[in-house]
Amino acid sequence: MTQQADTPQDTEKDTGQPAAPARAAAPAPRPGRFDAVRRRLPKSTFARHALAALGGLVVVFLVLELTNPFRNSQFATMSYYAIAAVGLTTLTGLNGQISLGHGALMAVGAYTTGLLLGPDADGAALPLPIVMLVAMAVTAVVGVVVGAAAARLHGPYLAGATLALAVALPGLAIYFDEWLGGEQGLRIAAPRPPDWFSDAVYFLSANETPGVKYLAYVGWITLLVVLLLMANLKRGRVGRVWQAVRDDEVAAELAGIRLGRTRVIAFVVSAACAGLAGAVLAVVVRLAAPSGFTIVLSLSLLTAVVLGGLGSFTGALLGSALLVFLTPTVTNLGTSLGLDATAAAEVAPFVYGVVLVLVMLLAPAGAVGVLRKLWHRTRGNHPGSSTRRSA
Amino acid sequence: MISRTARLAAAAVAASLALAACGAGGRPAEEDGGGATGGEAATASDVGITETTVKVGGHFPLTGVAAPGYADIPTGAKAYFDYVNANGGVNGRQIEYVYKDDAYNPTQTSQITNELVLQDQIFAMLGGLGTPTHSAVVDFLNSEGVPDLFVSSGSLLWDQPRENPNTFGWQPDYEVEGKILAQYLAQNFPQAKVGLFVQDDDFGRDGEKGARQYLESQIVTVQRYTPGNTDIAPQIAALQAAGADLVVGFAVPSYTALSQLNALRLNYKPQWAYSNVGADLTLVGSLLARFSEGAITDAGLLEGVISTSYLPNVTQKDNAWVQLFQKVWDEHGGEGELNNFRIYGMSQAYTFVSALQAAGPNPTREGIVKAVESGGKTFEGPWLAPFRFSADKHGGIAGVAVNKITGGTVTPLTDVLVTDNGSAPITPVGTPPSTPTANGIPDVQPVETG
Amino acid sequence: MQQFLNVTLTGLAQGAVYSAIALALVLIWRSTRIVNFAQGAMAMFTTYIALSLIEAGQSYWVGLLVALVSGLVLGALVERVVVRPVEGGPELNAVIVTLGLFVGFQALAAILFGSTFVSFPAPFDLRGFTVGGVNIAFTPNSIFVIAAVVVVMLALVALFRFTNLGLQMRASAFSQEVSRLLGVRVGAMLTLGWALAAVVGSLAGVLIAGGNLVSPNYMDAVVVFGFVAAVLGGLESPGGAVVGGLTIGLLLSYVSGYLGSELVALAALVILVAVLLVRPQGLFSHAAARRV
Repeated sequence: MTQQADTPQDTEKDTGQPAAPARAAAPAPRPGRFDAVRRRLPKSTFARHALAALGGLVVVFLVLELTNPFRNSQFATMSYYAIAAVGLTTLTGLNGQISLGHGALMAVGAYTTGLLLGPDADGAALPLPIVMLVAMAVTAVVGVVVGAAAARLHGPYLAGATLALAVALPGLAIYFDEWLGGEQGLRIAAPRPPDWFSDAVYFLSANETPGVKYLAYVGWITLLVVLLLMANLKRGRVGRVWQAVRDDEVAAELAGIRLGRTRVIAFVVSAACAGLAGAVLAVVVRLAAPSGFTIVLSLSLLTAVVLGGLGSFTGALLGSALLVFLTPTVTNLGTSLGLDATAAAEVAPFVYGVVLVLVMLLAPAGAVGVLRKLWHRTRGNHPGSSTRRSA
Repeated sequence: MISRTARLAAAAVAASLALAACGAGGRPAEEDGGGATGGEAATASDVGITETTVKVGGHFPLTGVAAPGYADIPTGAKAYFDYVNANGGVNGRQIEYVYKDDAYNPTQTSQITNELVLQDQIFAMLGGLGTPTHSAVVDFLNSEGVPDLFVSSGSLLWDQPRENPNTFGWQPDYEVEGKILAQYLAQNFPQAKVGLFVQDDDFGRDGEKGARQYLESQIVTVQRYTPGNTDIAPQIAALQAAGADLVVGFAVPSYTALSQLNALRLNYKPQWAYSNVGADLTLVGSLLARFSEGAITDAGLLEGVISTSYLPNVTQKDNAWVQLFQKVWDEHGGEGELNNFRIYGMSQAYTFVSALQAAGPNPTREGIVKAVESGGKTFEGPWLAPFRFSADKHGGIAGVAVNKITGGTVTPLTDVLVTDNGSAPITPVGTPPSTPTANGIPDVQPVETG
Repeated sequence: MQQFLNVTLTGLAQGAVYSAIALALVLIWRSTRIVNFAQGAMAMFTTYIALSLIEAGQSYWVGLLVALVSGLVLGALVERVVVRPVEGGPELNAVIVTLGLFVGFQALAAILFGSTFVSFPAPFDLRGFTVGGVNIAFTPNSIFVIAAVVVVMLALVALFRFTNLGLQMRASAFSQEVSRLLGVRVGAMLTLGWALAAVVGSLAGVLIAGGNLVSPNYMDAVVVFGFVAAVLGGLESPGGAVVGGLTIGLLLSYVSGYLGSELVALAALVILVAVLLVRPQGLFSHAAARRV
């Protein structure tokens, strides 16, 4: 009852469009001139997705090796936005639940990472991947609790409750300040690249791997894994069940789908992504502090998924990229319009607010939806008429 | 579509193989030390330094709860650098000063420090403001080898030469300030029941540590606030309920104002003493005066408040330093009047110019750190007490004077007193105050660093 | 005892403001079935308009009046221009639009008015009363806050109960189709509902700012608390919103006074979730159970 124009045909075709540079999601089968090539590709969906992810990894390698450290740090930032946005778009786009609390869930992941890694670079007892998995698991557990409550709410009630979550949760870090570091937060030692890793990178590119670049690799490899798993899930039975619940609850229930359970599972999967994103944020920012997980973060994530197009992974990547790379441009624009630095820094949020409204009014399917429409138009291949439903 | 992805992947693989072919394919057995060395002839002697410029950065709260007052600090520093640049710069180099807003938000500090170091390629960080904020980037700055000079905060974190060899404090640390303030209070209010009102982070904790050395037996309650939460009514009510008649505050200016406001609501009138950080008369007065629409009689709310100082006060119009800074501000300042925060920023800039001169004609990042360690103690400037810099001490100014706010200005209650961390005794400073050079620019000789 | 009294009285004054915000949310919910998450941001914006007038030398009362009038205009404009197209559409779209407004207004205020903390004057004395030698944290300004909210509520009751316009608004909220058939200009009524809600919100904004520090995000928590209050009251009933607001004000004040102010938002979350899960129709609503 709560969905944008996102037709069944659309979801089937939604990746593989020439929209984002580093897409790795599933290419959909489509009859036509590439049949010959397609026949040579693996039959199983997972294998095809894995191949795409591998391609993505090569692109990531090239991009990170060929850009400067500052760009690397921007890519690292983009990776955690994107991981969380992929999780959020799974929840909102596929299952029709909204969450303004994903910033708070990221905080859970980040604090878990902070507690496990500690402020001392040599003091970390566990290797980074284990720490990230634990952070993901802890957040998933929190997601069960939040999801159980959220499964019974819809629309504005769910938005309000998750908004309250986003406002409330940072208070815990201040209340338990002995343990969670209060307002100052937990300082986190940025993990150094393991020798085998920097050796491997050096072998391939003759470049050293400074900390910043390593973290960008960590973020992007995590993102590719998340995309691989999510794309698979979306294509599989689970994804279809979720979309069924989103599209028509009554019909789904008649078909034997247990609504509550489906919703909770969707929330937990989404929360797990947020937890991973929080873990990446923690090592990239080298800090888990309440000020990093304000309502602004949750709203930024929402902006990213709406901007790109709800339910589309390509859209989530595109939205995250815009958040990270467009912001400085917009800020500079503000400066060149004669605003002082402080005011100029607010131009970007202003633009995002306006864009959120405009996207909903003019193009509810987001940037990917618009591109898709243009694509179909140029190919004279009109998708089914909009099936925008009202509640 | 599938083929498009596949072709892209194939192309990417090919390209990366090509890249790998250009790569070494393995590490050379020995690597040279790398890094820029300050050779004699080189003029672009290190990152952020060219023949004609040197670039420094800073992070400050230009927005948000801590912005009132603190946002003025970089404008003061900028004005002083402009003044130096107009007078030929330092060794022919113009100082480019880039400062960015972190909104007193540690997460943002981390991001903009990335920008300053990786994108803007600053030579050194100067006066990064705030305990919670700057502590988020200390490790990064040190691991990148960026000199982290004169942090605008009195936390003890900056004085850890072993862990953070590139980081230097500047203002008297909160423990030193707390000790001197507490000693005065213990001597002059021996019967008082003391309440502490402190920020809930290292700023408050260090101050509390110093204050406890002299007031331990008199303290009846400690109340903490978190910056960002403006509801501090419960804390003030608790101070009142505990019967504290002398309240010592380690708070930022907005929270000094809020504590006064909430005390007013409760008709709570203890003797107040604030750390220098939050006791700026003009700023707190202006925050409070706005409330006065028929309510508060005048800005005399801070009348009688005890505080400390380690720089000349803007109200001391006959002080040679204030006159110099007034001239600098008139020539190069932007909007607004000279105030204590701008004097703070200018004094920091003055210290940096001294350090840059001490680092010689072609400074390196390593060189300036060494120069501050070996020459910093002797830098002369507006500060009332000398710096404590040495190879194993990165703490800033050694002491403060205790004073009282009366009739819209500050009156000294003690001489300038100096001490050190821990149980070091409190003694008078001994050296007379310094005066500016004729052109208002430091004249420090390069330090021999071996 | 003194502390209990102080905490209670502070809670009442805050509760009055939450009531006003909750009332604004309820007015909009009744007319358009939208929860306006931008309510706080819009109120913040008009409060800044008042502040710039006061800084320009106008009196507090001129500032307040202009804030209310600009609230009226802003509410009507927002409904007509950006909310109308998503009314009756997927509810997620409306939620996202109001969130977009929230982000946009906050940033615009920061651009236009700056984002440092500034103090906002109070019209009355901020010194607490002394009763029988005991100081209480209840000031003449708190009385003004409560009185102002009461006056506005009475005015709204009068409007809905005793005027033809109020009847038409109630009718449109009850059933758009029937009202349209009966010749009610439903569109205009919806616009009016948003406009009135924005006036009430603006009042809350100015009241909570009085004698405090404001910044572009000072209403963030307030609008969450207002939402909790509105849900507590059932989201349908203005009376419920008022009672809900006072309840939340008191409860949160006790949490702040006895447990710690950093737990206030968490307490609000707990109350909200508890109400939504246990008694979704709200504590004070007689309506049949309904889907939340």
